[in-house]
Amino acid sequence: MSAPFASPTLRVILADGSAPLPAEVRAALVAGLLGRGYRVSYVRDTAIDGARVCLLPADGSSMTEHSVPIEGLDVDAIVARVDALRAACSLPAPGGWKPWFPVIDYSRCTNCMQCLSFCLFDVYGVSPEGKIQVQNQSNCKTDCPACSRVCPEVAILFPKYRYGPINGDEIDPEDLRREAMKVDISALLGGDIYQALRDRSARAKSRFARERDDQRALKERQKCLQQLRRDLDLPPEVLAALPTPEEMRARAESAMARARAATAHPEAAPPPVSEP
Amino acid sequence: MARLLYCHCAYAQVVPPSVKGEVLRRLAEAGVEFDAVPDLCELSARRDPQLIALAAEEGLRIAACYPRAVRWLFAAAGAPLPEANVEVINMRVESAESVASRMLAAADGEGSP
Repeated sequence: MSAPFASPTLRVILADGSAPLPAEVRAALVAGLLGRGYRVSYVRDTAIDGARVCLLPADGSSMTEHSVPIEGLDVDAIVARVDALRAACSLPAPGGWKPWFPVIDYSRCTNCMQCLSFCLFDVYGVSPEGKIQVQNQSNCKTDCPACSRVCPEVAILFPKYRYGPINGDEIDPEDLRREAMKVDISALLGGDIYQALRDRSARAKSRFARERDDQRALKERQKCLQQLRRDLDLPPEVLAALPTPEEMRARAESAMARARAATAHPEAAPPPVSEP
Repeated sequence: MARLLYCHCAYAQVVPPSVKGEVLRRLAEAGVEFDAVPDLCELSARRDPQLIALAAEEGLRIAACYPRAVRWLFAAAGAPLPEANVEVINMRVESAESVASRMLAAADGEGSP
């Protein structure tokens, strides 16, 4: 799986020593640091005087440490001091993006590759062992849970989604039945959503060619997209970001080829199609 | 004694702000040692090595969201949680009082997960 955002969360050690911070200051300080995107580890260490904050930018390979006393400072001043430490270390500002990406529940996943075939944004890929995995998280469209809608096993989670079981809530038989109904969107369209869209497009082209009615064509397209949006709970931004029909066709064919190869011969999965 | 981990779910309003705010206040004011992260999803997305260290903690008790989501977020980061001796407490559905009490009881060594 790729790591689109390389820098790890910066860690602040809030160490209370022989003269601990007042409880309400401690609570406000932890909240303030979290709000700035820092991880906070609160520790008690009577070996130190007063209270200190230490900044630990841990990236797994190197660690630098900076520590400053905070006794007598108010919350805003302490947060500003941590920010100054970060800047002095040339560390990136934490946070600033919404982590929206699919998480696979491998206890449910059957490696059917429907998500790989369905996603138009190359979020999914296949491991060298032929296992479905999330490979390009940053390609995922914020607030779009559509791939989880087509997963027949409810194995794709979006922890920040509003509703269960996609948000990670436990799955009951009613959920499975409901999700299966949504999956049947694909079946209703003939088992291959992209082929169905192509067929529909071809029929529409033929009809519009006969009727020469651009307004009607536009209405038909909008109606179709709105239906898709309602069925899959797609945010408008996703529809706006859809690739062109040609790109969509190429990606879908590439994804389906990879899925077929991975399920038939895991070691023979071809590489994904590159971004246009 | 359990290791306490609190997730602030910074980038979405799916955890009621009143619940997470109160849980955080109770933890901080209790004077117990704990870890607080801005957003577990973010750490998972970054495959942050800190998750590996957290997953290895003995008796980890996590205040976050749905246990299934938390477990697979750790797994996605290459830091699978052990099957036993870990408890995830769901701030999306439980009251602040319930979450804080269970976290602090663990800190006192009661009802270890």
